Amino acid sequence: MHNTHSDWKDEFLVRKPLVSIVSAGLSKFGKREGMYGREIFAEAVKEAFERSPNLNPKRDIEALFVGHMGESFEHQGHTAPTLLDWAGLLPIPATRIESACSSSGAALRCGIFAVLSGLHDIVMVGGVEKMTHRSTSDVTEFLAMASDFPFEQWHGMTFPGLYALMATAHMHRYGTTEEQMAMVAVKNHHNGALNPKAHMQKEITLEKAMSSRMIAWPLKLYDCSLITDGASCLVLTKPELARKFTETPVHIVGSGQASDAIGLYEREDFTTLKAAKLAAREAYRMAKIESRKVDVTEIHDCFTIAEIIAYEDLGFCKPGKGGDLAEKGTTTIEGEIPVNTSGGLKSKGHPVGATGTAQAYEIYLQLTEQAERRQVKGAEIGLTHNVGGSGATAAVHLYRRG
Amino acid sequence: MPQQPCTFIGEDEMSEVPPFTIEQFYKFISEKKLMAAKCLECTSLLLPPRNICPKCFSTNLEWTKLRKRGKLVTYTVIHISPAQFQPMAPYSIGIVKLEDDLHLLGMIRGVKPKKIKVGMDLIVDFDTDLPSQWPVWPQYFFKPP
Repeated sequence: MHNTHSDWKDEFLVRKPLVSIVSAGLSKFGKREGMYGREIFAEAVKEAFERSPNLNPKRDIEALFVGHMGESFEHQGHTAPTLLDWAGLLPIPATRIESACSSSGAALRCGIFAVLSGLHDIVMVGGVEKMTHRSTSDVTEFLAMASDFPFEQWHGMTFPGLYALMATAHMHRYGTTEEQMAMVAVKNHHNGALNPKAHMQKEITLEKAMSSRMIAWPLKLYDCSLITDGASCLVLTKPELARKFTETPVHIVGSGQASDAIGLYEREDFTTLKAAKLAAREAYRMAKIESRKVDVTEIHDCFTIAEIIAYEDLGFCKPGKGGDLAEKGTTTIEGEIPVNTSGGLKSKGHPVGATGTAQAYEIYLQLTEQAERRQVKGAEIGLTHNVGGSGATAAVHLYRRG
Repeated sequence: MPQQPCTFIGEDEMSEVPPFTIEQFYKFISEKKLMAAKCLECTSLLLPPRNICPKCFSTNLEWTKLRKRGKLVTYTVIHISPAQFQPMAPYSIGIVKLEDDLHLLGMIRGVKPKKIKVGMDLIVDFDTDLPSQWPVWPQYFFKPP
């Protein structure tokens, strides 16, 4: 990316995968009334344990890195040991990672560091958020905390508002339309309807998306991802140990993360996320994989415009052509570049801390042929694109079938 | 004819230079002044002000008064807002590129949403009402000239 050690890093990292995913779990996403965050996390963990009968969790798992964004939602800080306890994994080290909506994408990276360092052989990474028990205005306020307080929140800014500023800029510069954004929503709802764990398993029409109520012009209700409860997790190990636990590991072959100014207004360009571009460049370089080789992708579609911008930032099309990609159907499950087969944040839901590893969960299913009705045939290479806030953090990972 | 940014504090007053903090930025706002920090080493203008220049790490800074005119780069109209802003909703927010080549985000007042256009001229104006508890920061906003 922009370091002086890239040569030796190249040599070190491309020899073998960084780590391998040997199991994964995802809670049902949705409105989980009466459930507490830690209980939902335990549900995801249970699935990961059941998927890997050779894994003895209490003996084998050595550390937990968990993404969790908001203490305000459940009035609970210091969540990592609590989540660990409910997962039945006391007393191993547990650390919470917070980078807004990319918290578990960053937690995944920490798990990679832990295994690659040699300090741990097997770790769990994951994420959780419990949101739906709070009012929409409370949730709006808590999420806005991931934007700049003195120069954005203080002036009435919201998250839909920040992405709306990007949408207006994209529309103005490239002629992207509200219809093209709505088409992203229609596609992702179609995919979500095929995912039994998605929050909203319901197709929508273009007319319905276009006529939904205004949230932050030009973004309407169906341009926004869902307020969702949910949890996700992965079990990571060294590639050489992977087959002890599963016949079908998924290797992580590239990992990139980058940062930008928290204030959107401070950035050079409002039609792209520089941190996502840099993170993608680093992940592609590490994996020695080009964007056109990717078979299946989970994009951080917190708003429909975010998916269009991500097509461009990930190199799936030229800057300004993201709207066309949505319009032509290139990114449907059957299309040339399938994106958000899970339904994405838009339809599967967006429990913010859980999203990064939930994206990895979908890629795990795809690369092990377990995605059922939304399976991309023969998918070998996967990508996840996880963004924190309005793009001050981005984490991109590349995966290969083991 | 646009003016050059003018230096607010002269060198002879260096000992009394206000700190390069966000708090101080808002103190200036309460005096109806839009101020940025200027790095005297690399000449970067810093908005928000920073106490260490992020470009060259210098702490050799001065306060500079910015021109209040600029052009709208992008905007939105917020319908769903946090509770404290709900009485004002829907309200417009934009990012303005100031004549001094810095961007600032704020509410756009005095113009109907349908009349707002990317590229339109706007000027910065100030509320002087101060909140009673932290943060004691007045609002600035944009309006047509």
